[in-house]
Amino acid sequence: MNYIEPHGHMVSRTTDDYERMALAGCAVICEPAFWAGFDRASAQGFADYFRQITQYEPKRAARFGIEHYSWLCINPKEAEDTALAAEVMALIPEFLNQPNVLGIGEIGLNKNSRNELKVFEQHLQLAQDHQQLVLIHTPHLEDKRKGTRLILDALKNFSGLNPGRVLVDHVEEHTAGMVLEQGFWAGLTLYPESKCTPARAIDILENFRAEQLWINSACDWGISDPLAVPRTLQMMRQRGWTQAMIERVAWNNPTQFLSQSPKFKQPSKA
Amino acid sequence: MSQWTAPKTVNLVDLGFMDARSKLIDLAAFLDRVERAGQQDDFRVQALREAIACLQLPQAQRAKAVLDSFSDPSSEPLPVATVKGACGANPPPHLRA
Repeated sequence: MNYIEPHGHMVSRTTDDYERMALAGCAVICEPAFWAGFDRASAQGFADYFRQITQYEPKRAARFGIEHYSWLCINPKEAEDTALAAEVMALIPEFLNQPNVLGIGEIGLNKNSRNELKVFEQHLQLAQDHQQLVLIHTPHLEDKRKGTRLILDALKNFSGLNPGRVLVDHVEEHTAGMVLEQGFWAGLTLYPESKCTPARAIDILENFRAEQLWINSACDWGISDPLAVPRTLQMMRQRGWTQAMIERVAWNNPTQFLSQSPKFKQPSKA
Repeated sequence: MSQWTAPKTVNLVDLGFMDARSKLIDLAAFLDRVERAGQQDDFRVQALREAIACLQLPQAQRAKAVLDSFSDPSSEPLPVATVKGACGANPPPHLRA
């Protein structure tokens, strides 16, 4: 079955991973800007990174027949330095015209600090000014519930951002409801240790009738599985999901959200 | 908006019991291990013990209750982020960065 990987950090993955994902049916990968595992020393480092995910990575993906899209931002883990953040955000508008850029992301919070919140709000303003889709990262582990609440509170101040054009990612059982109830889309991230296992992600999908939800691997340089989405689709079959409902999660839902960007071209299924 | 079609009924116990049993034994063994090593007072182990109580809740809200029990209960932003990582449980004030 064809599927869309709506969140994968492919700069951290090998070319073998692209091949394995293609063999598993992946037709589209979306790559949000993120933390490289270390702090970049200057805005120029981000300019190079933005060129990598808007120009180079689409070519790597294309070798395997995969469409590649990206999102741009300075991630919350590097947002404590507000001067650097301002320099990086000033770079973003020129890259928004690249043909594979879908919006601003993954922005959000990490440790829920004042500076992170300030930079998050500046990104929201950027998205609002440029009418961009928004992809939001919610914090890890013990910081997630508080951070999600702070994020949802901040979004209330941006009336120009339609909740249906904002996706709040990495939700779990204690945050999915508060996100979906306010009209936002939500993402379920499949990680071996933190975030959701396939079984729990399917529980949440069932509890919310798979409405305004997508699943992703968020595969990166850490412990993660680029095939987490097809593994979850297989578990859905074992749990009695119909083919049509599996396709809704694997393809229709991400397509519905991403198609709000005129740059997103739905590929034909193999 | 497309129609929701509920999954057909399958035996979820057949599908998940052995996995759940294995994880429960691993959890028990972990608690034994840290106790033998004299590390049972670590705040993360204490948080785990408190979270285990959520398993006895009568409603099907146990996963949410466990996650809530591990969560930072505060609501105000931190003055400054001095670390990047999270440890999985809410640290006591003297251990917060």
